[in-house]
Amino acid sequence: MTGKPKTLTIAWSILGICFLAFLLIRVLTGGMIAPWPYQETVEVKSPATNQFGVEIGEEVTQNTHTTYKGFWTWVGAFFTLCIMSFLYDDNPFYKLAEHIFVGVSAAYWMVLGFWNVLVPNLFGKLTPNLVSGVIEGVGGNKPQLFYIIPLALGILLLLRLSSKFGIYSRWSLAFIVGTTAGLYFVQYLKSDFMSQISSSIVPFIAMPDGKFSLAATLGNWVIFVGVLCGLIYFFFSKEHSGAFGMASRVGIWILMVSFGASFGFTVMGRIALLVGRMEYILGDWLNLMGAG
Amino acid sequence: MKLYEKIRDIDRRIIFLLMGLAVALPLIFTLRFPEFPTPMVKGLFNTIEKLPEGSKILMSFDYDPASEPELQPMATAWFRHCVERGHKVYITALWPIGQDMARQTIQNVKKDMVRKKEETGIDLPLVYGIDYVNLGYKSGGAGVINVMLTDIEKMFPVDVGNKAVSSIPMMKKVKNLRDFDLIVNISAGSPGLKEWIQFGADPAGVPIVGGSTAVQAPLLYPYYPTQLSGILGGLKSAAEYEKLLGDHYPQYSDIGQCKGRVRMGAQAVAHMVIMLFIIIGNITYFIDRRRSRGSL
Repeated sequence: MTGKPKTLTIAWSILGICFLAFLLIRVLTGGMIAPWPYQETVEVKSPATNQFGVEIGEEVTQNTHTTYKGFWTWVGAFFTLCIMSFLYDDNPFYKLAEHIFVGVSAAYWMVLGFWNVLVPNLFGKLTPNLVSGVIEGVGGNKPQLFYIIPLALGILLLLRLSSKFGIYSRWSLAFIVGTTAGLYFVQYLKSDFMSQISSSIVPFIAMPDGKFSLAATLGNWVIFVGVLCGLIYFFFSKEHSGAFGMASRVGIWILMVSFGASFGFTVMGRIALLVGRMEYILGDWLNLMGAG
Repeated sequence: MKLYEKIRDIDRRIIFLLMGLAVALPLIFTLRFPEFPTPMVKGLFNTIEKLPEGSKILMSFDYDPASEPELQPMATAWFRHCVERGHKVYITALWPIGQDMARQTIQNVKKDMVRKKEETGIDLPLVYGIDYVNLGYKSGGAGVINVMLTDIEKMFPVDVGNKAVSSIPMMKKVKNLRDFDLIVNISAGSPGLKEWIQFGADPAGVPIVGGSTAVQAPLLYPYYPTQLSGILGGLKSAAEYEKLLGDHYPQYSDIGQCKGRVRMGAQAVAHMVIMLFIIIGNITYFIDRRRSRGSL
């Protein structure tokens, strides 16, 4: 081993020990939430009534229970730090957090999909009496046999897992692709294509509320010039020279400005996510926020 | 090695560390900046403010915890605003965890209600089934909206607690999307605001406003103002909305309740640090270029 990595390992080990000592001191001094379960007392307010059942005010009762809030906060902080550790380098902690996240997400989505979609929207219609125990108000409903078709298509889709019958899953896929394409085609044509063309046709002199507005007029001119020059840049049937070439160059500037704005927004979004995680680490976990 | 060479060859991990400090220190020392709402945010605020009391608002939570820092402040501010104005809120979700984000929003607002009652004695009603209903998550994206256009109960036969929607009082007032006065969508991607415009608001002729992540916002601005009545793009817009809400309803002016405004302090410092890095990067680049030309 060379000298430099060894020094680095020692430096990180010292930093790690210092951080653990800091956590221990803060937990023991009550400066931050402890990871172990503890008793929590909450006040429960309920309407107080007299012997005649008439409401006479509020009754406050103390409810004590064991809470695992601290444990789960520590788990959240641990996984956040595991993911953030990738900024230094790839490591087993990052991999562990990544795999747990993927597994938990997949399981959560599957369970939610079953109870929120399959049970009420399929079994609730096809076999209402079977699910009347979990869905209120469906018991006694007449089965809607039409729902056998989506059930059959769903089963066919699962045949993809079989090498012998997997080819039949294409029928369901064909149905999904066909209906989705049809649905999107109509709405895209109306809401995106036609409506966006219509929104680009703006007056050169804007008079909102019947009065001339310089700001709105300038805005409309920017839309007009931007759309025209942007379209010219993508028109390749004529050589980009002379006035046409100049408009094309303006077009590429317009595109660059829009890409820049998009990138700026992207940076803003990513920083906001970092702020959210930092708030969790510094606030919910370490209880350091507002120290100033 | 000269100073500019040291800066040019700086380890990326030092930049990460400086960015981390730029975000952490303003949070620890509660650094705040004033917010000045833009005309678009004011317009969106007035859209909800001017709706008559008891208007029916469909609020779709199409995001998950990954976008919580940006979108949760918007959702909470909108829900608070709707409660203050006495609007009826119908919640749906096209993202699986959207229904849980809605639950979190309702919890935040209920805490506000308790605090308001303790401070002012004013007890705002927030009763499930009368003031708000959570219809939960449905998979299918645009297909779900398409069915809601004709029959909501067909797509949402039960609410998030598996209670038949036919037995919920406020569901008796709505049959399909056309019965709503406004659609509010909080979106982190697809399915989201774009699908609600294309498959919901446009065909139903119902006004729509939305909140989106900053990444997605530039793709949605072209729909404004003809197809989209207003949009909140990213954390900055959320903070501006919170400022407006606080100005109109003083019980929400306490900055501690406004997560968007709290986070904007760190966000602004981080932006300044990024701009500084861009300037330094450009200076070293031009010094480098001049030296390499000089050596030829």
